[in-house]
Amino acid sequence: MPGIHTMFEASTLSDAVTKLLNTFGAVAGFLAILLIVFYAAGRATGKISRPLTILVFLGPAVLLILIGLIIPAARTIWLSTKSDDSTRFLGAKNYTWAFTSDSIHQVLLNTLLWIIVAPIVTTALGLCIALLVDRLKNEAVYKSLIFMPMAISFVGASIIWRFIYETRDSSQPQIGLLSQTVMALGWKHPPNWILSHPLNNFLLMVIMIWVQTGFAMVVLSAAIKAIPAEIIEAAKVDGARGGNLFFRVTVPMIRNTLIVVLTTVMITTLKVFDIVRTMTGGNFGTQILANEMYSQSFVQFNIGRGSALAVILFVAVLPLVGYNIVQLRKERGNR
Amino acid sequence: MTTVEEPTAAPDPAQPATSSGKVRKAFSSPLASIFMIVVTVLWTIPTIGLLVTSVRPAGDVALTGWWTVFTHPSFTLENYHKVLFESSFGSSGGMLPYLVNSLAIAIPATIFPLALASMAAYALAWVRFKGSDTIFFAIFALQIVPLQMALIPLLQLFNGGAHIGSVTIIPAPNLGGTYVPVWLAHTMFAMPLAIFLLHNFIAQLPRDVMEAAQVDGASHFKIFRTIVLPLAAPALASFAIFQFLWTWNDLLVALTFVGGTADVAPLTVRLSQMAGSFGRSWEVVTAGAFISIVVPLIVFFSLQRYFVRGLLAGSVKG
Repeated sequence: MPGIHTMFEASTLSDAVTKLLNTFGAVAGFLAILLIVFYAAGRATGKISRPLTILVFLGPAVLLILIGLIIPAARTIWLSTKSDDSTRFLGAKNYTWAFTSDSIHQVLLNTLLWIIVAPIVTTALGLCIALLVDRLKNEAVYKSLIFMPMAISFVGASIIWRFIYETRDSSQPQIGLLSQTVMALGWKHPPNWILSHPLNNFLLMVIMIWVQTGFAMVVLSAAIKAIPAEIIEAAKVDGARGGNLFFRVTVPMIRNTLIVVLTTVMITTLKVFDIVRTMTGGNFGTQILANEMYSQSFVQFNIGRGSALAVILFVAVLPLVGYNIVQLRKERGNR
Repeated sequence: MTTVEEPTAAPDPAQPATSSGKVRKAFSSPLASIFMIVVTVLWTIPTIGLLVTSVRPAGDVALTGWWTVFTHPSFTLENYHKVLFESSFGSSGGMLPYLVNSLAIAIPATIFPLALASMAAYALAWVRFKGSDTIFFAIFALQIVPLQMALIPLLQLFNGGAHIGSVTIIPAPNLGGTYVPVWLAHTMFAMPLAIFLLHNFIAQLPRDVMEAAQVDGASHFKIFRTIVLPLAAPALASFAIFQFLWTWNDLLVALTFVGGTADVAPLTVRLSQMAGSFGRSWEVVTAGAFISIVVPLIVFFSLQRYFVRGLLAGSVKG
């Protein structure tokens, strides 16, 4: 057997080398084409020189955006009005299905719960940490450790937390940290966490909160540090202290940043399907819109319904992203 | 370890002292320190549990909690060998091919949009023409489109080409089993944000440097290569790190455009399969998960400054 084993590894390794060489070849080829085009187009003179420059610089990007985003988005809207095999025109029937069928009710309810609970908890926690962290001695270490989950994929984070939620029969030693902890605290027969509806929804949200809190902390910490000292001084002269100072002065001063953080986490929450897919596959009453859109489109191949769900997702994030963009432009205008 | 830096520009020394010191005092109490320590420990323990489990012998992992290693230490690297090389769990050749796929997807999917977006950003900022503002605003506004809106039609295009009625406009490109669809998809989806971020930086390069080069007779191509790219290096680095981690951590685009086979699927796809069907062999699943998160963690701890800047730029600030 060891002989076969090593042979197997050798072929795997040569596969790996081939793949990587091909990839570097593709990158090198891409850069070489760019250089050649640059060289050739750079030699052009006279009238065509300017339009050619614009075409070379802007053409690829515009073409990619057109083929990859604009046309597909328009087509998704069109597909959402057709049947699941795209042969019959149904009008708004897919949307009626999305808002009235019993199976989707739970999905919409869960999604609503997610976009309310996860962003609010994330922002509140991020704000608390931002306020408290900068007076500790090793501020940078704390910040790094809390920010670290941002680097981890949602799939990786889900596996980390699945292991924490792992449940054994209460007669056996537990290997999941959550069961072990609550049993140590005196809860003799904890449930199987992932199967317990509606608790499991909140347990999945914990993963989103774990990942996103570092982001909220860093952004809010910067906003708090940017409040001019005179304003705090003036408030103190007027007698503001502690909680009063916090709610009457600090929070209003960073109000815009707070809303931007809140909406940004909401957008992420609406779009992310990785957590639910990895943790439960949408079973046990945990399905959300983004994962339902994926399964309708790419598991059950219900193109019409999947497209309708994509459009609903788009309409749901539209006001949030719109707000962020307006806010961003305002900030730039002030500078 | 470098530090998590301010996301905004470097603090202006001429500005009056900020309020952090005052706020600090106003909220000062030992309770606050305890709260911070508890939160930090809570935030770190899950990852430590994963790492510890991945180096414990399989028998121990199945029987006792990972925290028992502190009283009964016993370690092995067997799990990593098993998950990387051994053909188990319905896949031949272990996880190594998926690791290679992740690299082979993420590196080009970072370089392609970086090059094309910086070119577009330069043209929109410095080769101004009638309509360049409109194009910039349109690209900027396209950030609102979630990529879910593009998945189905783009997949249909990659699989079957484009047709209007019975007229074929683009023939079926026949890209199955290659990385090309996922490279293209990542490049397309990255464009609006990349152009927007790089434009903000490139537009603020000093005007006199650009004009001097033009007076010397340099073409836009030469200016772009010799002046713009070197000067924009910090912005390019921030975006490159953001995009690399985004593609490395992505599940949705990979799952949609390359499917689940060892030929092309990245680590995230394999991990989600393992979590679904083999969630009970925790020593292997945790080792696999750690392999997939170790690359982002290295990037995070070694390039934290750029990482934070890139991530924040990617979500709120320009």
